[in-house]
Amino acid sequence: MTTETGAVAGTVAPEQTKRRFDPIELLGRFAPVIFLIVLAVIFTSQQPAFASEQNFWFLLRQNFVYGILAVGMTFVILTGGIDLSVGSVLAFAGLVAAAVAKGSNWRDVGNPDAGGTAVLLAALAAMAVGAGAGLIHGFAIAKLKVPAFVVTLGGLAAWRGAAQVMSQGQPINKFSDDYRYWGSQFIGPAPVPVVIFAAFVITGYLALRFTTYGRSIYAVGGNPEAARLSGLNTTGLIMSVYVISGFCAGLCGFLLTSRLGAAEVVAGQGYELIVIAAVVIGGTSLFGGEGSILGTLVGTLLIGVLNSGLAINNVNPYFQPIIIGVIVVLSVYLDQLAKRRRRG
Amino acid sequence: MVQDETARAIELRSPLLRVEQVSKHFPGVLALQDVSLEVYPGEVLGLVGENGAGKSTLMKILSGVYQPDGGQITLDGKPTVLHSPRQAQDLGISIIYQEFNLMPNLSVEENVFVGREPNTGKFVRWRELRRQTEQLLDQLGVQLHPGAIVRDLSVAEQQMVEIAKALSLNARLVIMDEPTSALTDTEAAALFAIIRGLKERGLAVIYISHRLEEIFTICDRVTVLRDGQLAGELPLAEATPDRIVRLMVGRPLGDLFRPEEAERRLEALAERSQAPVLEVRGLGRTGTVQDASALVLEDVSFSLRPGEIVGLAGLVGSGRTEIARAIFGADDYERGEILVDGQQVRVRSPRGAIHLGIGLVPEDRKLQALVLSLAIRENLGLSMLDRLSRFGIVRLGAERALARRMVDALRVRTPSIEQKVLNLSGGNQQKVVIAKWLALHPKILIMDEPTRGIDIGAKTEVHGLMHQLAADGVAILMISSELPEIVGMSDRVLVMRKGRIAGELARRDTTQEAIMALATGVANTAVAAA
Repeated sequence: MTTETGAVAGTVAPEQTKRRFDPIELLGRFAPVIFLIVLAVIFTSQQPAFASEQNFWFLLRQNFVYGILAVGMTFVILTGGIDLSVGSVLAFAGLVAAAVAKGSNWRDVGNPDAGGTAVLLAALAAMAVGAGAGLIHGFAIAKLKVPAFVVTLGGLAAWRGAAQVMSQGQPINKFSDDYRYWGSQFIGPAPVPVVIFAAFVITGYLALRFTTYGRSIYAVGGNPEAARLSGLNTTGLIMSVYVISGFCAGLCGFLLTSRLGAAEVVAGQGYELIVIAAVVIGGTSLFGGEGSILGTLVGTLLIGVLNSGLAINNVNPYFQPIIIGVIVVLSVYLDQLAKRRRRG
Repeated sequence: MVQDETARAIELRSPLLRVEQVSKHFPGVLALQDVSLEVYPGEVLGLVGENGAGKSTLMKILSGVYQPDGGQITLDGKPTVLHSPRQAQDLGISIIYQEFNLMPNLSVEENVFVGREPNTGKFVRWRELRRQTEQLLDQLGVQLHPGAIVRDLSVAEQQMVEIAKALSLNARLVIMDEPTSALTDTEAAALFAIIRGLKERGLAVIYISHRLEEIFTICDRVTVLRDGQLAGELPLAEATPDRIVRLMVGRPLGDLFRPEEAERRLEALAERSQAPVLEVRGLGRTGTVQDASALVLEDVSFSLRPGEIVGLAGLVGSGRTEIARAIFGADDYERGEILVDGQQVRVRSPRGAIHLGIGLVPEDRKLQALVLSLAIRENLGLSMLDRLSRFGIVRLGAERALARRMVDALRVRTPSIEQKVLNLSGGNQQKVVIAKWLALHPKILIMDEPTRGIDIGAKTEVHGLMHQLAADGVAILMISSELPEIVGMSDRVLVMRKGRIAGELARRDTTQEAIMALATGVANTAVAAA
């Protein structure tokens, strides 16, 4: 790895390193996509309805929350950080959204919210709560230099606690059609939350690929000291990714409440692990600096296809986490294998 | 005379290690081709070659990390296959890498005997461990407490721990990779004394170094590699620096530092006598992470004029890098002021320094200057993203054009600007770092060890670039531990000692001895410089 690994990096190397076909390298690089296709083919052969348009939208609607959270998580992990708090922030933001929509008598489960601008305010409140939570995390991580794992582990506990205090154990339900629109209606054939998910993927992709911000994120993740000495505001950049992740969690809190028609303390419990798994399966390095939103999209779809395919085949749902666990380790192993191949 | 004796003694003995026709392929590269060499007990064999010449590959084969594709290795006259580092170690081959394999959180004695502590079944016999460690350190003539924690030791002391560890393993062949790259001259002299001691005890040493003067100080024979092949083997008596360099690069080099450039520049500077572009007055800082009362910098004052190359010399830890980082805003300073173009400025961050036209080529390119996982193009654009973008969108066309221009101008050897920096050789990586700052057109460029660890060919090119920059009016502050580089390149030299500027030398007064005298505070430095 260091100075002149076996002269491969030497002066004779560049001209001769013409890429030859290397099946293991290709397998490693495209492992998630290959997994995804193989799974889809298997499930379709067993159950032709799996490949239907209906199931396609169904699958996306099942997974939009993971998908949006994973976009935010990709930014965090690209800087070499981690955000364990997303599930808890989601729950708290969902309760705040419900309360804002219903106004002063929000504990009254008999009457729905007023709809209209109340819903807009609810969504804004959820996003603000999420971004605010992310700002707190980011401040502790970037300014106070507390490790991200510790800060967001604290967040994981604290925001869930905040949700409990607020709800006092009671879910908030009964919402207007306006409120339910964002989680359960359609634009053409596409569910509204899936359209929002798509917008996040596209925005995230463009931001990371084409903007100075995205470039700076990769640089900070790849080598924070070099990034700072190149004139980047590394503290601000690191804070920003937690704000993005928190913002995504906040919005998901609102969308999930809207989809389920209830804001609950237990919403989003354990989501952080699934979301991190999706990002990692998608090829983003936990050490930072390497990865992409497209990879994350593939990782999310892979988990979604797996869950839905197993359900269609009546496999005991408790097997899902086991399979996901194996795939996480396997895809990272194949990725490492491919990298080693590339470097000789 | 000593060398003659050794030569005679060698003739009588059979080689400890014989490498015959060894080859090693990597995908797309022939790293070693039919390389042969012999090492005899009680001799120091110098192994030189540019980066990528195959030294590291050969070393890894000898330590059992890589298996050769062809050829034979004979140890004590017996054909041997070295299939693992552990086995090589058991056979008496020890390697001391540039980056040490020590556990910084453990003590000297624990490191020396790690995994092999004297014990009674389950328990370590601490007193015995200490006694054996003291014995080893005595043999080496090193003053070190066996209980000291390795993290608190200097680089030179850590190296001694590595050597003690090799001895404890009953090493018969010690391979040292660039052992002096992070040592001061005094520490290097101490290391040479230890190597001579190893030699007297009949050990064989393979000494890998970029620094030719060291080869002449310590080695009995020299083996030169070039492009994975044996370029030549010389007894020291027949070797001259010029001959070795010619074998290494395959062509003769003129005077490495092109002193005529510096002379011409001095004349030009004298004629123009411009106002300084940078002035530092009374800069001071107290306190490090380890010691809050340690004096880091005290009353540092100097100035830089446009088009001038000023050398900043001094021992490692004398405050050279700290000055660079303070001017660049990477570290804060407590006392004093900095003026750029006569205006007082307060530099709070590298970002601020860049806006003022200051650039810094940091001392460690991998840790501080490059994002190895990104392409050449992306690294080059990093310090000037705001200039290469519109509304926050990177103008890829402009960035590509810049990258192509810089890669051509600095002759970075790479198949493409999209190549990850990770895959470049050290010299080419350093060129990317320098290119990154050239692209910004700084007024002031601070270069901390600009040619550390790069091969002679690349070094000459970097020096040429520095002359070119100075001719274009850039003020350069060059920090270097290599005295010939300081003497050869600088228009004048500032020498630091213990956080202060101990003195300034004009070019005509600059000699290695004069610098060492100021750096160590010892008037007669014949010993230290030897």
